[in-house]
Amino acid sequence: MNVATKSENFEPDADDDLPLYEARRKIYPIAVHGTFRRIKWALLLVTLGIYYLLPFVRWDRGPNAPSQAVLVDLVNGRFYFFFIEIWPQEIYYVTGLLILAALVLFLMNAVAGRIWCGYLCPQTVWTDLFQVIERMVEGDPRQRREKLKSASRAQRAFEAAAKHFLWLMVAWWTGGAWVLYFADAPTLTMQLLKGEGPMVAYLWIGILTFTTYVLAGHMREQVCTYMCPWPRIQAALTDEYAFNVTYRYDRGEPRGSLKKTEALKLQGLPAGDCIDCRQCVAACPTGVDIRLGSQLACIQCGLCIDACDTVMEKIGRPTRLIAYDTEMNVQRRIKGLAPVTKVFRARTLLYAALIVIVGGMMVATLAMRGSEGLSAIHDRNPLFVQLSDGSIRNAYTLRIVNKQSMPRRFALSVEGVPEAQLEVVGGISEIEDGRPVVAVGPDQTFELRALVSTHAKLPAEASLPVTFKITDVAGGETSIAPDHFKGP
Amino acid sequence: MADIHKNDVDAISGVSTTGHEWDGIKELNNPLPRWWLWTFYVCILWSFLYWIAYPAWPLVTSYTYGVLGWKSREAIQTDLADLRAQRAAFGDKLAAASLEEIEQTPELLAFARAQGRAAFGDNCAPCHGAGGAGSKGYPNLNDDDWLWGGSLEQIQTTILHGARSTDANAHVGDMLAFGRDGVLQRPEIVAVADYVRSLSDLPPPAGVTPDLAKGKEVFAANCAACHGDEGKGNTELGAPNLTDGIWLFGSDRDSVIATITNGRGGIMPAWSGRLDPTTIKALTVYVHSLGGGK
Repeated sequence: MNVATKSENFEPDADDDLPLYEARRKIYPIAVHGTFRRIKWALLLVTLGIYYLLPFVRWDRGPNAPSQAVLVDLVNGRFYFFFIEIWPQEIYYVTGLLILAALVLFLMNAVAGRIWCGYLCPQTVWTDLFQVIERMVEGDPRQRREKLKSASRAQRAFEAAAKHFLWLMVAWWTGGAWVLYFADAPTLTMQLLKGEGPMVAYLWIGILTFTTYVLAGHMREQVCTYMCPWPRIQAALTDEYAFNVTYRYDRGEPRGSLKKTEALKLQGLPAGDCIDCRQCVAACPTGVDIRLGSQLACIQCGLCIDACDTVMEKIGRPTRLIAYDTEMNVQRRIKGLAPVTKVFRARTLLYAALIVIVGGMMVATLAMRGSEGLSAIHDRNPLFVQLSDGSIRNAYTLRIVNKQSMPRRFALSVEGVPEAQLEVVGGISEIEDGRPVVAVGPDQTFELRALVSTHAKLPAEASLPVTFKITDVAGGETSIAPDHFKGP
Repeated sequence: MADIHKNDVDAISGVSTTGHEWDGIKELNNPLPRWWLWTFYVCILWSFLYWIAYPAWPLVTSYTYGVLGWKSREAIQTDLADLRAQRAAFGDKLAAASLEEIEQTPELLAFARAQGRAAFGDNCAPCHGAGGAGSKGYPNLNDDDWLWGGSLEQIQTTILHGARSTDANAHVGDMLAFGRDGVLQRPEIVAVADYVRSLSDLPPPAGVTPDLAKGKEVFAANCAACHGDEGKGNTELGAPNLTDGIWLFGSDRDSVIATITNGRGGIMPAWSGRLDPTTIKALTVYVHSLGGGK
């Protein structure tokens, strides 16, 4: 696991003779106090608070529409996010969001390495929570070791049972909150309490309870080190200017015990600030020794910084022996150069610009999209039909979407084909200005068959661009759908 | 195969080897993971329970039925009953509504068209094509030309009873084989073929000077009875309109001569006994909407 990347003094690693597969070392990190722990507490409360409580936030959309602020309505094919309503044909917004998420991750990485992993990744947040429970019930690692010798077998079994019960409760609540995003939360909560919920809800609660319990309770850092692809990608994206959790070995080495280093210093010999107390290792949730350099398993959570700072304050040495710093600065200080900070670099500017562009495009399309939509599909079989009077006819399936919560009437017209005659099949008798008028119910789509025929002489191998257009009879809003008109 | 070398122990892992060795690499005799083994044992147990519970073993004339009494045939009957129950709300409406009511009610029309499209694909597509475009001898259902009439009722009658089928109420009306039966002589057939083609303004082939006067005479004497004096056809007899641009059996001179010589009469089977009335209703509405109906 300890994959050092210090390349300047390459020697054959002593690990080379060890077996390829190492049995897992269980990691019980100690509790730490400090700046980064406080940031992690705050983010844990905020992210879990959002996750557990968001389904209960209400949002008034008027009658006939759900009043849940964030709702994935799979049955009716709608996604509601506060004032935004996404229809199935607008699923590209989800693609946009995924692209944005990737770009934000890239930017975070360019600025501060694997910082997402340490503070915001669900795996980290839930693992953190589970470890708090573990320390609450079974004590910190030192107490655990003592209990192994002193406490009775019954007491230890009771504590272990209590821990797993609490874990399962959190996991179950996690799965429960998940399903609330897919139905009206208060209603579903009541249904679940009465045991009348839909089978699929129980199934998903079960799945998420199981995965949360296993991933956050049992697999923990193994997910970050072996299962997650992000550390591998991150290694390819990072550079020497990224702020990573760094042991400043220019300051810390040569390390030694407190007494030994004090004595060396008195003699004027080189001595580092690191007293080899190993608190940074004990605090690490992934079992990393950060003093070996930046490494794959490090999730940049900064808990080793807090642990080290606590010790440094106690022994009266300057804090931040471990800090968010760049590899470049460590090297520069060794050479006696002043450290440099370069946040604005080609890659950070590029990522930021891409985020602005993609985000801007999404906001612009969201703002400009109409409350009605039209799509056209040309009949493939047959492509065209010759009528008895010799004219050519093409058939299309049109789909009109009315996204408003009131019924609307749309006049349908077609452009692009000379002397075009438009006919609509089924239940449409109303005509306005020679255009057939179609009524579409509130929040509904309406599919119809449109026949376009022309008597005009078409060019050989004809494929004319044709445009269908709907116009709201009352409001005047229009939507168009392009297609082709085929001839012999 | 080499037997397991208990004494050959790997120095690093402390595990004995199987004795298999390739290019100096020895295979360790590690046990299977315990979770895997347990899964395997549970699967074996499960298979025994399955044999007892469900039909499993073939016997000479029968098979073991299983204590649950489950049968695949019954299961599919249940599934089909479920399907009918699910469709009941709209299906009942469809069964009760008249053809015109279906066409005037958009939701009902959408449901009928969907059901009709499925039924068309299962039953009609082999002859008329997946999109109803037909081919030579099989009418195109997307155009505005209807041999037996294109109103809703006429289409329904055609589907129910077929044309020239074994059904007692089937459409009947055969075109005689004027040439083969010796009613007309070859020059008369050629003349009337040229005349018929001229009715829909088809130009004669290069080098042919049609005798239209003779053709008209032959037409009036032999063809007008079914096709009408002006060749406009007759849907009662399934006689096609000869003045339009649609030719079921081809419009070139040789095809028309062949048609007159040998006669024509395609057969469409009756569907009344094979499909239930509601499906035929849905099919009628679907076919009617293909070309916009008449």
